[in-house]
Amino acid sequence: MRDRKGSRGSAATAGLLALLIVIMVVVTVYVFVSRPAWSVPPPSITSVGELVDHQYSMTLWVTGVVFVLSQLGLAYAVVRFRDHGQKAHFTRGNNTMEWLWTSATIILFVGLGLLGRKAWVDVRFTEAAPDAIQIEVTANQFVFNFRYPGADGKFGRLDPKLISASTGNAVGIDPNDPAGNDDIVVPTLTVPVNREIDLEIKSQDVIHNFFVRELRLQQDAVPGLVVPLHFTANAIGQYEIVCTQLCGLGHYRMRSVLNVVSYDDYQKFLKEQAPPAPGQ
Amino acid sequence: MSSHAHAAHAVPHAPTGFISKYIFSTDHKVIGIQYYLLALTAVFVGILLSLLMRFHLVWPGAHLPFVPGGVMTPEAYASLVTMHGTIMVFFVLTTAPQGGFGNYFLPIQIGAADMAFPRLNMLSFWVTFLAFVCIVAAFFVPGGAPLSGWTGYAPLSGLGSVTGPGEGWGQTMWIFSIALFCLGALLGALNFIATTIDMRAPGMTLFRMPLTCWGWFVTAILGLLAFGVLLAGGLLLLLDRSAGTSFFAPANVVVNDQLQPHNGGSPLLWQHLFWFFGHPEVYIAILPGMGVASHVLSTFSRKPVFGYRAMAMAICAIGFLGFMVWGHHMFVSGMSPTSAFNFSVLTMSIGVPSAIKTFNWLGTLWGGKIQLKTPMLFALGFVSLFVSGGLSGLFLAQPAVDNLLHGTYYVVAHFHLVMGVAAIFGIFAATYFWFPKMFGRMMSEPLGKLHFWITFAGAYCIFMPMHFLGIAGGIRRYADYTGVQYLAHLQPLHYFMTISAFITGAAQLVFLWNFCWSLKFGEKAPSINPWNATTLEWTTASPPPLDNFAGNYPSVYRGPYDFSVPGAKEDFVPQHLAPELVARVR
Repeated sequence: MRDRKGSRGSAATAGLLALLIVIMVVVTVYVFVSRPAWSVPPPSITSVGELVDHQYSMTLWVTGVVFVLSQLGLAYAVVRFRDHGQKAHFTRGNNTMEWLWTSATIILFVGLGLLGRKAWVDVRFTEAAPDAIQIEVTANQFVFNFRYPGADGKFGRLDPKLISASTGNAVGIDPNDPAGNDDIVVPTLTVPVNREIDLEIKSQDVIHNFFVRELRLQQDAVPGLVVPLHFTANAIGQYEIVCTQLCGLGHYRMRSVLNVVSYDDYQKFLKEQAPPAPGQ
Repeated sequence: MSSHAHAAHAVPHAPTGFISKYIFSTDHKVIGIQYYLLALTAVFVGILLSLLMRFHLVWPGAHLPFVPGGVMTPEAYASLVTMHGTIMVFFVLTTAPQGGFGNYFLPIQIGAADMAFPRLNMLSFWVTFLAFVCIVAAFFVPGGAPLSGWTGYAPLSGLGSVTGPGEGWGQTMWIFSIALFCLGALLGALNFIATTIDMRAPGMTLFRMPLTCWGWFVTAILGLLAFGVLLAGGLLLLLDRSAGTSFFAPANVVVNDQLQPHNGGSPLLWQHLFWFFGHPEVYIAILPGMGVASHVLSTFSRKPVFGYRAMAMAICAIGFLGFMVWGHHMFVSGMSPTSAFNFSVLTMSIGVPSAIKTFNWLGTLWGGKIQLKTPMLFALGFVSLFVSGGLSGLFLAQPAVDNLLHGTYYVVAHFHLVMGVAAIFGIFAATYFWFPKMFGRMMSEPLGKLHFWITFAGAYCIFMPMHFLGIAGGIRRYADYTGVQYLAHLQPLHYFMTISAFITGAAQLVFLWNFCWSLKFGEKAPSINPWNATTLEWTTASPPPLDNFAGNYPSVYRGPYDFSVPGAKEDFVPQHLAPELVARVR
C-alpha cells in the first residue's frame, strides 16, 4: 500500500520535471525558429557580416540538435526509469560508446571551430586595401570622436598634452603641424556606401569598445594601442555605435551614430565639415 | 598498555571551550561548516545586490532601500555589478563547494581523520573571512564600492578616483580582498592536494575515490596554479595605484583632460593575468558540482556511475584544457587575431570532455531505478542547466561569432547558467544530500521540492530570455536603457526577467527557512545511512566524531558506486565492507 503511494508520488514528480524540461525546450526552439524582433539582430550590412551570420546559423544547428536531444533524453529517462518497484539494470559503462561519443564530439565541435575561421580571417588577418578611406576613432569617457585626414589625405600630429574637450581640441591636434590644419573631428561617423573604410581605433583613457550590430564587428579601444578594423557597408542608413566595455559611470550612454551615405553625400559632408583655412 | 596508548592516539580529546571548538577550530568539519555559513551569508548579499539591479533596470526612477540618496545613480549601478560578481564568484561559487563541502567530506570520503594540515586549514578559513570583511567594507569607504566590474580591467581600475567614484578607496579594498582571498585559497589548495595524496585509507586507490573527491582534488590543483597568478596581478595593480609603477597603464593616458603620470604599461597584460586565473576559476566553481552531480545521480539511480574512469579522466582533461583557453575572453581586446584563432580551437575542444560527462550522466540514469528525492532533483537540474549553459559557450568560443555577442547579455546568460546556476544547483544537491550526515537530521522534503520547482523554472525564466536579449544587441553592465535608442524595444524582456528574478529570489528564503528549521526541528535521520549510499561518510555517526571514525578507520575493498550489483542481497555494497561480509542472494 505504502509502496503504491510512493510510486504515484514519484510518477507525479517525474512527470512534472519532464514537463518543465519539455516546455523549456519547446519555447526556446519556438523563439529561435519564429525569430521575433526582440530575439534577433538587425540584418547585416556587410558581406563579412553574412559570413558571421552563416557561421552563427551552423553553430545554432549543431548545438540545437545536441540541446534538444540531450534535454529530451533527460526528460525521457526521468519518466521511464523512475522508481516504480523495478530493479536497476547493472552496468559500469561501455567503452565503445565512450569512444563513439568522444570522437563524434571532437569532429563536431573542433570542426565547427575550424569552419568558423573564414569569417574571422577575412576581417582580422587581411589588411584594408591601400585606397580605403582612413578614419581615426578615438574613445574617451564617454564619447567617441572620429577624425578624417582632410583634403591633404594626411593626419596631423597629436600631442596628448593638448587634449582639451572644453576648448574643442578633443583629440589633441598639434597646431604646429600643417598636416593637421584640415583635419576634421566630429562626434559621429559618416562613411560612403560600398567603399572600404579603414578605421584606426584608439582610446585616450580607459578601455572602451566600438560595436555596430549591423556590421557584425566589435573592437576594444585600448589606451596605448592602435587597432585597425576595416569594413565595407552596403546599405545606406543610420546605425548606432555603442560601447560594450565597462568604462565607468557613463558607460550606458556612450553612444554615437554610423551614417552610411551615398558617395555624393559623403563629399558634401566633408566639404561642410572642413575647417576654415588659416587666415580666413 | 599499548592498546590504551593506541586508543588515546586514535581518539584525540575534543576541545571543550566554545572558542576552540567553534571559532578557532582545527577540525575540518567545523571549518567546512564555517566556510559554508560564510558562503550562505555571501549568497544572500549577492542575491540582494542582483535584485536591486534587476529592479532598477525596469523601474529606474523608483526609490530603493540600501541605496544612498534613495535613487540609484549610474555609478551605484556599476558598483552593484562589480560587487555582485565579486561576491558571487569568490565567496559563493569558490567557497561553498570547495571550502565548505570539500573540507567537510574529502577527509571522510577517503577515510582520513582530518586534513593533512589542520592548523593551515583554520588559517585559510580566517584569511578568507577577512577577505569577505574587506569586500563588504568597500561599500562603506569614501567614494563607495568600485565600479570596474569583477574583472577589474586596467586602466579603469589602476588610475585611482580620477576614473570614477569608487575607483579610489573602494578599488583598493577590492584588491586587498582579492589578494587575501587568493592567499586563503592557495593555503586551502595545498592542504587538499596533500590530503588526497597522503591520507587515503588502505585500499582507497585514486580510482576508487568517489568522483566528488576527484572534483575537489583537480579543483585544488587548478586553485594552486591559478590563484597565485591573480595574487601577483593584484599586487602589481596595487603598486600601479599607490607606488607610481606602470605595469598596466601605458604612456599618454589622458583622463578628464589630465595627462596621467604613467609610462610603458600594458592594459592587455592585466587581462592575460586576470583570465589566466579567471578561466580556470570557472572550472574551480563547476568541477566540485560535477562531482556531486555524478555522486548523487548514481546513488539515487541505484546504478554505478556510467564510465567511472572516463568521468575521472574527463575531470582531469577539463582541468588541463582549462588552462589553455583564457584568451577566448579577449577575442576583441586587440590581442593578435592568430592567438584568438588558436584559443578558439582549444576552447571548442574543451566541449569534448564536457560532452563526455553529459553522456555518462544520461548513461547513469538509463536503466536505473530513479528515486526523485530533493538532492536528486537538484542533480538532474544541474545536468539540464549545464547542458543549456555549456552549449551556448560554443558560440562564444568562435571569434567570428563573438563579434556579435561579446559584451552582450548573451555572455551574461551563458556564464550564469553554466557556472552560476548549475554550480549553485550542485551546492543545493550537496546540501540536501549531506545535511543528515552533517547535522543528524533530515531537511524537509516538501519544502525542498518546492524550493527546487521554483528555482529550476525560475532560473530558466531569468536566463533563457537573456540569451535573446543579447543576440538582439542588449549590452551588459548598462545602468539604463535610455542611452542607446535600439534598447527601448527590448525592455519587455527585462520586465519578464525581473519578475522571474524576484520570484526565484523569494524561493531562496524557503531554502533558508528549511535549512534553519531542520537544524533544530528536522526529523531525526533514520540511520547513519538514510540514502543507502556506499561511500565512507555513511559508515560513521551523524555528525561524525572528532576523528571521523571513532578510532575504527576503514579499509576499502571496492570502487565507490557498487549499486545493484548482481548477486548481492542489498542494492548497495559499501566501500568498506570486506568481500566475505557482503550479504549474498541465496
